[in-house]
Amino acid sequence: MGSNTTEWKTLIITKPKKHCTKSAVDDHPLRTHTNIEYMPRKILGSQPSTGSSTPASITPSVFLQPLSDALEGLDPLTQFAIQETDPLSQIASEMKYDTFKEEVSMSRNQRKHKVIIDIEPWSSRKNAILSKFTTSEKLTIISSFLSDGEGVVLKTQNTAVDKVQHRLEQLDYFDEGSQRKLDLSQAEYVGRIEQLNQELVSTWNSEQRVKALKIAIQCAKVLADSDVLRFYPSKFVLITDILDIFGHLVYERLRTKADYYKPGSKIPTTLPEDFTPDIVPESAKETCRNWFYKIASIRELVPRLYVEMAILKSYSFLTSSEYSAALLRLTHMIRGIGNPLVAIYARCYLCRVGLTVTTTEKDKDYLKENFYDFLDTYNQVFGRYALEGLKIQKMSLETYLTLYTPALDFILQAVASGAPESLLVELLDRCRNHRNNYLLLNTIMSAFKPIYIATRAVQLLELISENNDQDFPLYLLIRTLGVSVCACPPPKEHRRQVVNVAWHSISELTNPEHYITCVEVWIEFVVQHFTFREVNIIIGDIVSHLSPNRAYEQYYNKLKCIVMNIISHMQDFEALLAMDNFLPLIDLFQQEAVKIEVCKLILNACNTIQHTNDPVITNALLFLCTILHDSINALTVEDERRQISELLCNVVKRVDYGRDFEQQLNFYAEARAAFSNLDTVLAQLVQCVNTLAVNVQKIVKGHHTRKTGSFVRACAAYCFITIPSIVSVYTRLELYLLSGRVALFNSCLGQADACFKTALKILPELVMDENQKQAETFLLSYVRNFLSVLLTVPDSPDSGVLNCTRILLNTLQSTKWNSGSMIVATLYLNVLDMLSTMAQETYPYHVTKVESNDTLYGSDPKFISEIDKMCTIILRELLSQLKQIGSGRKQAELSLDLMVKIVTLGDLNKNGLITLAINLWQLSLKHGYVDPKYMIRTKEYLNAKGNNDVLLQVLQRLSI
Amino acid sequence: MSVSLDIFLRKPDKVYHEGESVTGTIVVITPSDFKHDGINLTMEGTVNLQLSSKNVGIIEAFYNSVKPIQLINAYCEVSTAGRIPAGRTEIPFELPLKPSINRSLYETYHGVFINISYSFRCNVKRSFLSKDLQKSQQFFVQYLPQVSKALHPVTFSMSPASVIAKGGRVPDFFIRGHLDSTNCSVLRPFTGHIILERCEMAVRSIELQLVRVETCGCAEGYAKDSTEIQNIQIGDGDVPHNIAIPIYMIFPRLFTCPTLITPSFKIEFEINIVVIFENDYLVTENFPIILTRELQNIDIK
Repeated sequence: MGSNTTEWKTLIITKPKKHCTKSAVDDHPLRTHTNIEYMPRKILGSQPSTGSSTPASITPSVFLQPLSDALEGLDPLTQFAIQETDPLSQIASEMKYDTFKEEVSMSRNQRKHKVIIDIEPWSSRKNAILSKFTTSEKLTIISSFLSDGEGVVLKTQNTAVDKVQHRLEQLDYFDEGSQRKLDLSQAEYVGRIEQLNQELVSTWNSEQRVKALKIAIQCAKVLADSDVLRFYPSKFVLITDILDIFGHLVYERLRTKADYYKPGSKIPTTLPEDFTPDIVPESAKETCRNWFYKIASIRELVPRLYVEMAILKSYSFLTSSEYSAALLRLTHMIRGIGNPLVAIYARCYLCRVGLTVTTTEKDKDYLKENFYDFLDTYNQVFGRYALEGLKIQKMSLETYLTLYTPALDFILQAVASGAPESLLVELLDRCRNHRNNYLLLNTIMSAFKPIYIATRAVQLLELISENNDQDFPLYLLIRTLGVSVCACPPPKEHRRQVVNVAWHSISELTNPEHYITCVEVWIEFVVQHFTFREVNIIIGDIVSHLSPNRAYEQYYNKLKCIVMNIISHMQDFEALLAMDNFLPLIDLFQQEAVKIEVCKLILNACNTIQHTNDPVITNALLFLCTILHDSINALTVEDERRQISELLCNVVKRVDYGRDFEQQLNFYAEARAAFSNLDTVLAQLVQCVNTLAVNVQKIVKGHHTRKTGSFVRACAAYCFITIPSIVSVYTRLELYLLSGRVALFNSCLGQADACFKTALKILPELVMDENQKQAETFLLSYVRNFLSVLLTVPDSPDSGVLNCTRILLNTLQSTKWNSGSMIVATLYLNVLDMLSTMAQETYPYHVTKVESNDTLYGSDPKFISEIDKMCTIILRELLSQLKQIGSGRKQAELSLDLMVKIVTLGDLNKNGLITLAINLWQLSLKHGYVDPKYMIRTKEYLNAKGNNDVLLQVLQRLSI
Repeated sequence: MSVSLDIFLRKPDKVYHEGESVTGTIVVITPSDFKHDGINLTMEGTVNLQLSSKNVGIIEAFYNSVKPIQLINAYCEVSTAGRIPAGRTEIPFELPLKPSINRSLYETYHGVFINISYSFRCNVKRSFLSKDLQKSQQFFVQYLPQVSKALHPVTFSMSPASVIAKGGRVPDFFIRGHLDSTNCSVLRPFTGHIILERCEMAVRSIELQLVRVETCGCAEGYAKDSTEIQNIQIGDGDVPHNIAIPIYMIFPRLFTCPTLITPSFKIEFEINIVVIFENDYLVTENFPIILTRELQNIDIK
């Protein structure tokens, strides 16, 4: 080589002089460049909200696009954020899926489940009952089928005789002695029942049907006593599940073992699913009859009723769907059950089974009959023995009565579905005559169609207030009415009266628990149908009710629901924030976690507002945001930070003072003070301020007055002092460059200069990044971007020629980059590009109102030689790098690149450059690392470009 | 594998009426063919009477068991000596159901002291080296549905005055009731209702007791015994007052038959309504009933 002494001379392309006058144009090549405040925000990498927003507001920037493209493609966080829906809706959809699954499994369990009545299915009630009625008391279970492990040894039976004998033995075994009474906790109890369930199925499958029947009977027997009242509804759910399975097993077996001969076929098959009794063979009927005879001889009343109800469906083998007689008979037989709770649940089961078998409207009489039977024996509920039992179990009458609701609700809903309004009138009349009728009223209100209830809301409220000394809790009643009223509003003229009366009762509730359960429901109605004034009053009422004794601490969840309800139904979000009782309501959330959640909810809802400039609302929003922001600490997880940042950014974007720029900037300054912990928010603020500056520039059309001039300088200053608090070096670099450009655009040269220099100062920090690959990729595009900006930046008179470029070069050189990487060399090549452009007479683009170096120096020879000097240094640097790299692919590629640069950018008339170019060509050829095709094409390209003789000369000397 | 012998009847419920012919098949399944000395089929119907040790002495009860009364005894040679081939052999048969001379057929009934049962017995005689094959198969005889008798409803009431106290203090009570009929068909349930009008003390249970009364005539007179067939609870616990609680009982098969009165024995039925109070005080009301077999209405509802 040895050509280190070669001097660089930049080729200055002399364009044919165009005789045209300079004039202002709209379309400037740098136009998009200066609009950088619209830079796609994804570049920041931590603002995923824009990922899902419309990209319409983004003006694609030619200069920035590659970078953002690269990020968009790679950054998994962004990707994730785009796909992710907000957590609330996700939960909602999951729940939907869950219930769907449940329904599917239900329908699988109960095949041929003919629900003709549109009431809430039992399956969904089950879980509610199980979770509501629990107990910590000891439960007893008497059973001979439950074992603690020693178990009943089942002998293997070989012959039929043995089998019969063994069965008989077993029966004896079960009948005598082995019944045990077990004291169990609730969990154990549930476990035992599950065990019984499995036992039943396995017994059935092992052909021991008598034993299976016995298990079913024992299960049903458990329902006969209500020793632990509180647990009874749950017990009912568990046991009836087993009975359902038993009924299903019997039915399916009868069906499949029927030996049915299809018309024209000689092979016995199972009965089709939709058989009619007349095609059932006699033998199957006989078996079926046997089942019913067997059950009819069960001694005890409750088990007999339950087991018959369980296999009720099998009647279809005997007669044609005439269930009504059987259902009515069973309905009346339940009267014999003395314990009112046991009786009502037996009725509930009867209705449940009845619903699955009856098909015609006519058959539904039994439902009504069941309810009337309950009414006729209503006094039994408060009978002497029931009350005595309560005393023993130390249960309040209120809780006792709520035990009735699940069963009663189910029965009455079955009655009410599809029933005419006249039935409601009839029932109300009958209920009026009963003392202590709140329980009945409650059931009626929850059972009938909301529309019927709502039209009678006033009447019902009167009925409720008529007699006050009742045992059933009033708050539940009001709550139930609230549910109906929410679902279907009463006629307009009644609404105010309804709310007044209801709220009068509600606010008289002293127990906060009761109070909040009512409010939770009623708030929806109020929010939907009344104005802010009423809502405000009611919120005030809530606050004053829950404040004493810090009662609110127990009801955060309910309060949250209330807030959610208010938010989701308020059309005007601004009015909500303007209400003077709303923020005190938020203040009730004293527990950090809940408070944050609520704030998040509200701020999420704030998306609905377009822009606001009301100082009250802005303040309220800032208050909420500050709560969120202050919740962040060292332990906050990344995702939480991200969510909060997203919300805060959103708020920042919502506040818009229109043309009151000063106010806007003040707000941003305030926001900066409040949200100093969140990188993303700070970045957002910088972006916003830059947008602001550009907007101002647009409005004055580039001609800044003194006032606007100082304003945009204030903006630049804002950016300059905000950026350093951001942690991420990437964001800082980007923002410095951006702010610098905006400053330049606004002709704030000093500010721009400061921004660029600071950016260069922190550039070495990139080396510290653990992910070198990422840092390099970023560096490459960043420096290129930077160079293209530098072209337009005029030199500062205080410092020397091309001061910024020098600093950049020094920084690149002095920083210890990863030794193996070619990054610096590549960048040097780009610097060569930039410098050679710098030497041209006019630059390809400019910033409006900014005189770049071409105008400043006017191609002064001193300036050109200064550039050439710099180029020479770079050239030397490159050559020494070439040497350092040593021979190999990298060297070959670099030398080829350098050669192309020299040939295209350098003035080849200068002697040394030609030799150097040829040497470099040879070097890249030497080891054959570079694809020869590429070289040929390079040569062709140069050939085509070759417009001067020297170049052609050189080309001739290039061998391949 | 050994040879198996079985008798299948045509009707799945195995119920036959007098005069009908009983049809069925004898099925022999054998792995290898064998020789036999003849196959015969016997149809038997007997009334077994037993004396209760309560009425006569234990020893007498043991020795003096009354001779079974044979109602039917038909014998038929199905096949003379020959061979049965390997595999499944089905031999159909048909026998008329007719009583022996001077006898009449009674319904199948299983009681404590009286049993009326009918069966087939098939016997495959074999040479003395191997045992004879035997198989018996029960079948049931029922009367043809009779003309329905007029209903005989009964209304009753129970109060401390009407009953004799049994244990405990007599609580004040008044119970009304109604039975739809004391002439009942075994095919239909026993129905009625009971109303507690007034009751000072809580009821623990209301039960329906079905009792059979069997009378065996013998040389020294006759022995009469009442035993419980089944006990069905219709009210459990402190049942509500002033509401009709249904009385409902299905007559169990085999253990009941139409009331039967013959010179040598009688089968009769009674119903007891038992009300048990909380203090174990117990009141019963007894109703003799006459069972018939009416109307082929199998609807057991």
